[in-house]
Amino acid sequence: MESTKVIHAIYTDDDVLMSAVKKLKAEKHHIEEIYTPFPVHGLDKAMGLAPTRIAIAAFIYGCIGLTVATTMMNFIMIEDWPQNIGGKPSFSYLENMPSFVPIMFELTVFFSAHLMVITFYLRSRMWPFKKAENPDPRTTDDHFLMEIPIHGNEEELQALLSQTGAVEINIVDKEGH
Amino acid sequence: MYTFSKRLKIFSIILILLGAIGWFMSYSSSHHVGIEDVKVLLAEESAHGHGGHGETHAPAEESHDTGAHHDNAHGTDTHSDEHEGTAHSHDDSTHTHADEHHHNASHTNEGHGDTHHENGHGTELHEDAHHGDAHAEHVMHQIHNRPYAALYVAAFFFFMIALGTLAFYGVQRASMAGWSPLLFRVMEAITYYVLPGGLLVLLVAYISDTHVFIWMNENMSLKGHEDYDKLVAGKVGWLNKSGFMIRGIIYLAGWSLYRYFSRKFSLAQDNAEDDRNFKKNFRISAAFLVFYIYTESMMSWDWIMSVDPHWFSTLFGWYVFASMFVSGITVIALITIYLKSKGLLEEVNDSHLHDLAKFMFGISVFWTYLWFSQFMLIWFADIPEEVTYYVTRIEDYKLPFFGMLLLNFIFPFLVLMNSDYKRIPWFIVMAGVIILIGHYMDVYNMIMPATVGDRWGFGLAEISAIAFFAGLFMLCVLYALSKETLVAKRNPLIKESRHFHY
Repeated sequence: MESTKVIHAIYTDDDVLMSAVKKLKAEKHHIEEIYTPFPVHGLDKAMGLAPTRIAIAAFIYGCIGLTVATTMMNFIMIEDWPQNIGGKPSFSYLENMPSFVPIMFELTVFFSAHLMVITFYLRSRMWPFKKAENPDPRTTDDHFLMEIPIHGNEEELQALLSQTGAVEINIVDKEGH
Repeated sequence: MYTFSKRLKIFSIILILLGAIGWFMSYSSSHHVGIEDVKVLLAEESAHGHGGHGETHAPAEESHDTGAHHDNAHGTDTHSDEHEGTAHSHDDSTHTHADEHHHNASHTNEGHGDTHHENGHGTELHEDAHHGDAHAEHVMHQIHNRPYAALYVAAFFFFMIALGTLAFYGVQRASMAGWSPLLFRVMEAITYYVLPGGLLVLLVAYISDTHVFIWMNENMSLKGHEDYDKLVAGKVGWLNKSGFMIRGIIYLAGWSLYRYFSRKFSLAQDNAEDDRNFKKNFRISAAFLVFYIYTESMMSWDWIMSVDPHWFSTLFGWYVFASMFVSGITVIALITIYLKSKGLLEEVNDSHLHDLAKFMFGISVFWTYLWFSQFMLIWFADIPEEVTYYVTRIEDYKLPFFGMLLLNFIFPFLVLMNSDYKRIPWFIVMAGVIILIGHYMDVYNMIMPATVGDRWGFGLAEISAIAFFAGLFMLCVLYALSKETLVAKRNPLIKESRHFHY
């Protein structure tokens, strides 16, 4: 069983935070999580997080949307009840395709946008009425919090963090999830 | 500093010379085609069914006899009073008959009085011998037009690259973009071609005269004359030769003045103590963009849309703009990669390339959006005088018309979609070359149908015209590139550009 003791180092500037992260990574410490009031550019790379796969998901969702649009309109407008709108070819999907393109486009965008957001929430384990994981409400305002798990190297970490410009270093017993 | 090597210089001069020789050869061979040759050609073609381009047809009336007429609704009088014929929509819009033949026929002006012959199907008029002659003469004129049209397409294509780059450069200046100052000298070098390229377009237009711009035939607005055309006569206030030239010179003067001063301030900023030149550049760029978006639109009516003087589209200016913008950005990317491969511009990193490739991707999609917006509305409304434009292209230009969509949309869309690929130089080069070919085809599709009808091809005339202007473009751009240092070193945003990373 891993120790649940963690260090919370708090910073007040994103540049200081970035250099602290780089320093910690250089000394091969694992950073569990960082809470920031706004997205910090390049933080994910500095933390060594795996690149996001949301783009691949978005592409797949887009393809699903395109398929849904095509099947749906083919059924509604061609197979089930062909309608003569402005004398356009109503018995062939392909020949009437230009008039379907806007809907194909919209549903592609719709599916990829909405499913991406849902995926993002699920992947970040967020859902309605969930208790916030955020350990310190100041990180929603102007503070940056870095969480580092302790593996019996409390002293060493504390010394290192105080060098990096942390304004506060707290040792916290993390509640088990 | 980039040095324009002797080898490249000689290469571009050889391109120009070969292009010029090739073009004159194609010119003289096409102008030796007489009416009798055309008659032989037409007879041969009808003997072979439909010669030439697959589904395209040789004499206009033939395709109507063979093409299945689904309904007879159009069997009545197909001739409207004006030159615009009526397009007949069958169940399948691609079968809609092209009135553009008729349209092109007006090119021939001299000779056959009744151009309406070209148009009618469902009437027996063309059975008579007179029509055979008229048609042969029409085809002969189309064959004669081809070298001019080929020259004009190439002239405009290379000019459009420079003008698109100028617009992109203006946007970077006016938005004070932090990522791009490292590329300013590359852009400035490309825009060096705006003035010579633009003057050449005007010159080619002037020389081509009615070979490309049918409305330049003054008889078309002369009431009672056999070439009289009511629609063209109605537009004579805008579409007249002197107006065309005066407007062309105004556009070019505006663009070149901006280019001249912007370059001047940009160079002056290198050795300046303060940011005054930079600020001046910002101000004139903002003003230029306003001027540009109006004049670019008008230029597209004048220089391109007027080749089909009966036809009009309200978003045409935007459509041409998208084409020139993406071509310009692509050439910036290609030249940047070329310079990097020579070990120059070492501060340009893959994030800069990534941004350029994002623009290539984005503007390709934007181009498609405009292309489709124009096409879909016209296709859906199916108004005869509008739809002829697409009918001709789909009937006679199937390959370049749909091929262009593949090259300009599907290919860059799929190839440049992945973020990682936007950083790989050879990927950008590959996509860039395809995009440039696609946009050449775009210009081709805009000019050729109105000038050569179904007598199109990609042969000596087109290739040598491309070679000529490609050589000239290279000569101008690389010369301008070699004149100054490649980094705008005192630009206040250059540091941000150097550290740019994504």
